[in-house]
Amino acid sequence: MPESYVLELKGITKNYFGTTVLKGISLSVKAGEIHALVGENGAGKSTLMNLIFGMPVIHETGGFEGDIFIDGQKVNITSPRQAMELGIGMVHQEFMLLPGFTVTENIKLNRELSKANLVSKTFGSSFETLDYPAMQNDTSLAMKKLGLSIDETSLVAGLPVGYMQFVEIAREIDKKNVRLLVFDEPTAVLTESEAEYLITAMRLLAAQGIAILFITHRLDEVMACSDMITILRDGEMVTSISRSNASLERIAELMVGRKLERAQLPPRAVEPHDQDLILELNNLQVQMPGEQVRNLNLKVRRGEILGIGGLAGQGKIGIANGVMGLYPASGEVYKDQNQIKLNDSKDALQSGMAFVSEDRRGVGLLVDESIALNIVLTSIEAQQKFLRPAVLPGVRLIDKKSVRSYTLKMIKDLDIRCTGPNQPVRRLSGGNQQKVCLARAFTLKPEVLWISEPTRGIDVGAKQLVLDLLVQMNREYGMTIIMTSSELTELRRICDRIALVYKGRVAGILRPDASDLEFGLVMAGKKTAKEVG
Amino acid sequence: METKVLTAKDYLNKEAIRAFFVGFGLPRLIISGFLLILFILAFIMKMDLTILLSDSLVRIGMNGLLVLAMLPTLVTGVGLNFGLPIGFICGLVGGVISMELNLVGFRGLFSAILFSLPLAVITGYLYAALLERVRGQEMMVGTYLGFSVVAGMCIFWLMAPFKNPVMIFAIGGKGLRYTLTLFQHFGKVLNNLLAFSLMGVVIPTGLLLFFAFFCLLAHLFFRTRTGLAMIATGANPLYASSSGINIRAMRYTSIILSNVLAAIGAIVYAQSYGFLQLYTAPLYAAFPAVAAALIGGATLKKATVSQIIVGTILFQTLLTIALPVTQTALRGADISEIARMIISNGMILYALTRAERR
Repeated sequence: MPESYVLELKGITKNYFGTTVLKGISLSVKAGEIHALVGENGAGKSTLMNLIFGMPVIHETGGFEGDIFIDGQKVNITSPRQAMELGIGMVHQEFMLLPGFTVTENIKLNRELSKANLVSKTFGSSFETLDYPAMQNDTSLAMKKLGLSIDETSLVAGLPVGYMQFVEIAREIDKKNVRLLVFDEPTAVLTESEAEYLITAMRLLAAQGIAILFITHRLDEVMACSDMITILRDGEMVTSISRSNASLERIAELMVGRKLERAQLPPRAVEPHDQDLILELNNLQVQMPGEQVRNLNLKVRRGEILGIGGLAGQGKIGIANGVMGLYPASGEVYKDQNQIKLNDSKDALQSGMAFVSEDRRGVGLLVDESIALNIVLTSIEAQQKFLRPAVLPGVRLIDKKSVRSYTLKMIKDLDIRCTGPNQPVRRLSGGNQQKVCLARAFTLKPEVLWISEPTRGIDVGAKQLVLDLLVQMNREYGMTIIMTSSELTELRRICDRIALVYKGRVAGILRPDASDLEFGLVMAGKKTAKEVG
Repeated sequence: METKVLTAKDYLNKEAIRAFFVGFGLPRLIISGFLLILFILAFIMKMDLTILLSDSLVRIGMNGLLVLAMLPTLVTGVGLNFGLPIGFICGLVGGVISMELNLVGFRGLFSAILFSLPLAVITGYLYAALLERVRGQEMMVGTYLGFSVVAGMCIFWLMAPFKNPVMIFAIGGKGLRYTLTLFQHFGKVLNNLLAFSLMGVVIPTGLLLFFAFFCLLAHLFFRTRTGLAMIATGANPLYASSSGINIRAMRYTSIILSNVLAAIGAIVYAQSYGFLQLYTAPLYAAFPAVAAALIGGATLKKATVSQIIVGTILFQTLLTIALPVTQTALRGADISEIARMIISNGMILYALTRAERR
């Protein structure tokens, strides 16, 4: 008799609006097995989870191909509720708990045990009294399974973060029929000792026969607890190996590995070097939720394209936002030896830096205003360009004529597809909106351009165009570009050096042609690379 | 890429017609249509159209500045200035001081404005400081702050040390009267300036020019650096701050500007009406202005000078025409006041609950 699997996926393929995010994924999880699922950001891990859990987003975007089997039975999971009934539990990255409720109440929410009383006999079961002793009993049982004891009557609000995670897990395993638990990057918000506890708890659960699917990009955790390891890359399954056959280095390599297509970039007269720095960040700290920067030091050479990479949540996004004054920051930033005031966008702009935000619609654009206004407004405010004297002395008005001719030029140079300078940017496609953002930044004629996620959400052709444009600006005008991106490929394609951020610090600076293995290890915080030249 | 010239064929094009309807907006179409019907009714009932038109023009000029006061706060995203009575009262105080000094004619009018300005700036600043603390609920807080200030000022009107016998209660010799007549001072000075009659319709040239002048100023203001910064603040605060704009300063400035416009608007209103109405009279000053701005097509996120002008014209004409016509049509029943309440409050309700559909 063949081995029985709790969960089996066969040939799962999923398209989002023509982009294939999952390609023929097959994987199987046995009872009592911890199966790790690793991959870079955007490798398709979350989509796969949503699919298993029947999240509405999957069906709203056209469903998927392939089959899911639970205990050998083919199932069609259409809602999270159905997934729960099938015995699939999910532990989320963000806690879904009510802070003002006790541990027991949270765990038993909507599955309360109750006793009949006089009123309920008349008005129905909704009016039954809660059976607190029984519920607390259940709770402490669930906690015991996790090897943990918390007072069941304490409020969730007062618990340490690590404990909240355990309450989440306890809620899942308290569901009687649970057979498969999915952990979506459970250790992302935990301290190291809390993470260790969690790993121990996972082993305990597995020993009780529960299958566990564990999504993470912390490779040491994978090595610490998993039985099987499946590696995803760009929506494809690279391989499934058992831990005994795997090593940290091998996983790192498989996770990142892809053919490097570094186009021949035009050469410079003088290559950027360490003797000529344009920007220096000392002990930079940025309070950006989810992307905290802690004591980061970075030196930027004049005229280079510096890439900033790293996994999500490690703080790479926070750097540009902090330097440009969008999130509270502390530390020291020097441009050409002059200290720049932090938390002051105006000073940052006036010192010759510009920023293209990763949040295009949220920060980068005035979606209901015209292309022209979007492009010139920052220059008007920060540099007093595009203004003409009016009748009264000291009063200057926007110079519509020069704005129009300038915008027309930008539309032509950047190939912005639109009906004219007065079209509201809301109507433009993602790629063209990004070009408007770039035009906005170029108009400031910056010496240093910070650009975050330049190709997020735009199609392939536009991606290439945006990257080419950055190279062109760098080579022709000597613009120093600091590009933050989750896509290692594009960083390796155009950058001179790539700084990898881990836990809010620069873990290492690599050359774009460094090996996949090295990138993988530095990104996962397993190795600190020395600065390279 | 140039804007193409529309030909007659395009005008017949369904798409073009649809685009026009969408651009002009359904509410304005309905109200314009309603206005047209009212005019026809008035004509059929042989009412004196010239008087109706003259009245409309006066009301447009009289209320215009109060509606314009809505513009700065709408543009910066603070919302409709429901605290309009605050600025309105500053104007009243300026008017009262001017009367106390027995200044007449244009001297009286302009000194009233001059006296009210510092008051409006100071109260505007305090008002802004309060609204800054209750971000997201500016309109609700503004409404009740306006109510409170009106009530508080009742004490001031009673206690203020004014001595001019034409202003204070005849009996007791203390406290300002409920209604002060302005005919000895600066009543109707703007209305009568360069006024002329055209086919029986009296055009209050000075009044309309005064309104037009402020509209022009506002139009130009939103082309300056500060004005553009305000637009950016309202359209996307994050974009604005990433452009080095001090969002807080822009919000403060817009509220102070609105307050100042309300103060001047109150004086213009009073001179046109011929009376300064004190005590609880300014209580509902904000609502007609709010309704007019909304009818004009202004939304909580975006507003232009032209929307303010269109709104003022539509709303005020509607009120002037609707009252006598309904009164005549429904003889005996005092429907007019009710109709007015329905129109203005209904419009506010409609506009505030309407989610922008995209």
